[in-house]
Amino acid sequence: MTAATGYANAAATQPLVSRSAMRRDPWRGVRALLRYVVLVIFLLFCLFPIVWVIGMSLKLPGEYLRNPPVWIPEHPTLAHFQAVMAARGNLALKNSVIISVGATFFSMLIGSLAAYSLARLNTGGKHFAFWLLSQRMMPPVVLIVPFFLVLRGLGQINPALGLDSHAALIALYTVFNLPFVIWMMRSYFDAVPAEIEESAQVDGSTRLQAFRTITLPLAIPGLIATGAFAFIFSWMEFLFAVVFTRTKAVTLPVAIAGFSGSQGSNWGQASALAVVAMLPVFLVALLVQRHFVRGLTLGAVRG
Amino acid sequence: MVETVPLETTASATRTGPRYATRRRIEGWLLVLPAILLILGLTIYPLIQAVGLSFQRWDLQSQDHPFVGLKNYGDALGDARVWAALQNTAIIVVAAVVLEFLFGLGLALLFVGDFKGKRLMMPLIMLPVMVVPIVVGLTWRMLWDNQYGAINQTLSWIVGHDVNIVWLAHRDSALFAMIVTDLWQWTPFMFLVLLAGLSTVNPEIYEAAALDGAGWWQLLRDVTLPGIARVIAVAILFRGLDALKIFDLIYMFTQGGPGTSTESISWYIYQLGFKFFRLGYASAASFILVILLTVIATLYVRFFMREETA
Repeated sequence: MTAATGYANAAATQPLVSRSAMRRDPWRGVRALLRYVVLVIFLLFCLFPIVWVIGMSLKLPGEYLRNPPVWIPEHPTLAHFQAVMAARGNLALKNSVIISVGATFFSMLIGSLAAYSLARLNTGGKHFAFWLLSQRMMPPVVLIVPFFLVLRGLGQINPALGLDSHAALIALYTVFNLPFVIWMMRSYFDAVPAEIEESAQVDGSTRLQAFRTITLPLAIPGLIATGAFAFIFSWMEFLFAVVFTRTKAVTLPVAIAGFSGSQGSNWGQASALAVVAMLPVFLVALLVQRHFVRGLTLGAVRG
Repeated sequence: MVETVPLETTASATRTGPRYATRRRIEGWLLVLPAILLILGLTIYPLIQAVGLSFQRWDLQSQDHPFVGLKNYGDALGDARVWAALQNTAIIVVAAVVLEFLFGLGLALLFVGDFKGKRLMMPLIMLPVMVVPIVVGLTWRMLWDNQYGAINQTLSWIVGHDVNIVWLAHRDSALFAMIVTDLWQWTPFMFLVLLAGLSTVNPEIYEAAALDGAGWWQLLRDVTLPGIARVIAVAILFRGLDALKIFDLIYMFTQGGPGTSTESISWYIYQLGFKFFRLGYASAASFILVILLTVIATLYVRFFMREETA
């Protein structure tokens, strides 16, 4: 349907452009060809490493440790997936899910409330909003030393809150996602006209009721997109995870990095675990395709 | 419940009065309170603690943590490894961001507008950005491998004889490998952001300029680039700030080696803190980084995003 209207629009404006373009541009055909050649090269470049790591996860050591390398697995096997999920992969996957889902839930809950306040009640004004945003500019490495001391102290009181605990990483990822969630959700709440909500309040609803029945349903696509990005960021994080976990709360990236050692050692299992870490993100990313540019630039560029 | 509703109505009916304004403000701050508390507790408080730490001698040898003034800062500024790490980081950031911008812009200019297959290719082009950074590190570590990797193999086919470059064993080639890997992951980001910017430029401006006899280069310089200046500024700022944090790739590729020749600043601070346990010194080094970043970011915003008030 949208494609059809798109073509209709194109057809409507086409004559004007193409007539003047044809007169001055005899290279149209060449340019279209060039476009497809570049496109194919670019796509191959983008996809090749992803295909390569999937291939590695299916090759037996005799194949992935061969010189020259074997490009297409000759005897594809799922043995590496079985082996790695029987060992550390299983716990790492579980930890990654718990921590990412937990951090997404809390950052969405706390961040959306703040975003609503910023969008509707203009709390704190522009400077407050920028102060929140500036929290995200901080390089995470600056915080690892003080976080470490805080977590060590907490761990002495209650081990479930200290180093190598789920709660610690959930809390850290929640805080690190907050500026992003607040800015994204603010832009989505801004897109819902305040008048609709106010008219409902005049009709006798409280602010909370108006929010629940009017603004929230309209902001749901934004809520899903923002939540998906919060999940992806938490899922991918490595620095905090590698510093603050040892055995119990190890996440997928830490488990994958744990394989890195001498050349070629366990590449099959490492690749299998890498595929396990990679595919869920692709699925979630499909959900948020349309919001991609906005998500990665915090709405600073419309996408 | 029925009783309270009319009360609410009268309260919000006088939505210009001072009492209403105060209530709105209190409501507003209550809603942001959890976020503020979390940020205070888990960012501001640790930061203040880190400032204190940076003035102390805090390592494994000393039981107590004596105040040493600015000594850690002085030591860090005189530390050749700090400067080498900053230099490596700068090389990676500048090379990667400039090349990503140029490639991204070229591709975006080529792919602006509608053509067959565009809707199919977009999700595929996004994929590199969505790969977990550690997985990127692992994958390219295997690709760059001198014996079992696909890169030397491909080069062998191209030049017609055996190529055996040990990419990650020398500083210059290792930095080159990191830059190429970064290009792979982030050129699609630049491309998609710039494409989104280009699609907002009004096509009528091009037609008008083309009728005036402007050439391809003039169109680009005088119409296209100024039209997406803000998008470019934002994209480069975000990418630059992100690239500065480079850590995962170093971890997977070289662990800072050979020797300490490929350390990034994040990597070196991590080593200071969690290999040598010099927490005071690590804090001082991180604050030097923060100050440096703040200066660069402020200058950048001043020069390139001046007219922006939004």
